[in-house]
Amino acid sequence: MSAKSRSQRYRNLTSQKVNQISPSGIRRFFDLLASMEGVISLGVGEPDFATPWHIREAAIYSLEKGYTMYTSNLGMPELRQELSRYLRENYNLVYDPDRELLITVGVSEALDLLMRAILNPGDEVIMPDPCYVSYNPCVALAGGIPIMVPTNQKNNFEIRAADIEARVTNKTKAILIGYPANPTGAVMPRNKLVEIAELARRHGLLVISDEIYAKLVYGVEHTCFATLPEIKEDTILLGGFSKAYAMTGWRIGYAAANQEIIAAMTKIHQYTMLCAPIMGQVAAIEALRAGEASAAEMVEEYNRRRLVIVKGLNDIGLSCFEPHGAFYAFPSIKVTGMTSEEFAERLLTEEKVAVVPGTAFGECGEGYVRCCYATSLADIEEALSRMKRFVNKHKKA
Amino acid sequence: MIKEILKILEDDARTTTKQISTMTGTPDAEVARLIKKAEEDRTILKYKTIINWEKLGEEQVWALIEVKITPQRDVGFDAIAERIYRFPQARTVYLVSGTYDLLVIVVGKNIHEVANFVSQKLAPIEGVEGTVTHFMLKRYKEDGEILEGKEGVKRQPVTL
Repeated sequence: MSAKSRSQRYRNLTSQKVNQISPSGIRRFFDLLASMEGVISLGVGEPDFATPWHIREAAIYSLEKGYTMYTSNLGMPELRQELSRYLRENYNLVYDPDRELLITVGVSEALDLLMRAILNPGDEVIMPDPCYVSYNPCVALAGGIPIMVPTNQKNNFEIRAADIEARVTNKTKAILIGYPANPTGAVMPRNKLVEIAELARRHGLLVISDEIYAKLVYGVEHTCFATLPEIKEDTILLGGFSKAYAMTGWRIGYAAANQEIIAAMTKIHQYTMLCAPIMGQVAAIEALRAGEASAAEMVEEYNRRRLVIVKGLNDIGLSCFEPHGAFYAFPSIKVTGMTSEEFAERLLTEEKVAVVPGTAFGECGEGYVRCCYATSLADIEEALSRMKRFVNKHKKA
Repeated sequence: MIKEILKILEDDARTTTKQISTMTGTPDAEVARLIKKAEEDRTILKYKTIINWEKLGEEQVWALIEVKITPQRDVGFDAIAERIYRFPQARTVYLVSGTYDLLVIVVGKNIHEVANFVSQKLAPIEGVEGTVTHFMLKRYKEDGEILEGKEGVKRQPVTL
């Protein structure tokens, strides 16, 4: 059997559902990057800080004491209690730690569980374009249909209630939003979220709010969607520890929602994941108990870098709206006349700076690139000076 | 605003006024003015560099010296502290609570230099009751910087 027909045979063996998911279009770009040296990467999606030492130390101690077992499916009771307290103190939201909280393997698992828990074949989920890479495939893999709402720089990449409402059908099940946003850094103002909450109520839709970047906001306040009037019961709040506490590798997230939805998610979680890793859960407890100061310090540092990169990008002609959240800037590259992928690939080969093409996050990301500023100030400045050279060389008259 | 500026400078004294201006959203000239004022009123004492001299094979002896003193009428510990801190060999001088009164950090080229300073200069000062000298064996961390084996960033070059 030839290599080609062999790969065809196995492709026929993988499910249609998986085959219909398009592989990430920028694989080639990643491979290119992996083969190069001396690259400054603004292409990352995680902090450059290691987890604060007191959190690591708590996890190390727990390992020494033999905490190496399964936990309750829902997650360790102490963690759920701390989380319940955290949500009450920060948002004045009351979630029963025994019935309304589920600890998951990152927000990623929570999102997957939720989609499988709520979607019937053909159900539609409305979400912004561009958005985090896994929203669309998670819906599709669960048999749902992702419905994209274009957002743009003019609207600061905020999703508008009117644009959502125009796409509501009798198959619409939920609205999925993630603000502060990856890849744009956009933060939704409260009044615009209120409009979304009202339309969700009007049409009886669930709202899934991925708030993994909740603590990373600069000069504005984050509005937790579940705190809006009369919407808590219909909101599934997803959050985690990865970004604010620099804990990406620990893989701990959570879902907070009414008990029926948590029970449905738990059913899948118990058969597929059993529980989130105990060492990560122990670390998360420490983060909730004593992590505020170190998180605040990191936010302060990100803010300085944010101001430097946004000014720098605008100065070299890559127009960039001011992102108030997460740790991404999302500049327009239109002055170069290149596509996002072309820009990213040529910037990498010509100047050794890695950025992520906006199209990785949806069609509306065309004409933009994602630049992560969770990297040292020195690297940001060097990357900006290389990008300046690149833009000057390729600028369309 | 000055606090914000000082925090940035405390972390990296080489940050330019232009950079600080961007990081704080304060005009360049205003940043320069505030820094100059802080220098003049001695809020900013000095700009210095933390160096790992061992990398150059430089011999340096550090000693932490506990000094027990008799406080004097009217001036307390201050007069004796001053007699000590005026010696350039005394790099750092703190008044502390506990079983002794002053903690003096002395840096010398070799053990004899430090020992001579203690026995000939420090100990004979009137009011000094006694000293205990601890020679430093290893510097692990200096002013918040780990000297050896600082952990690097270990992430993947691209994640989405």
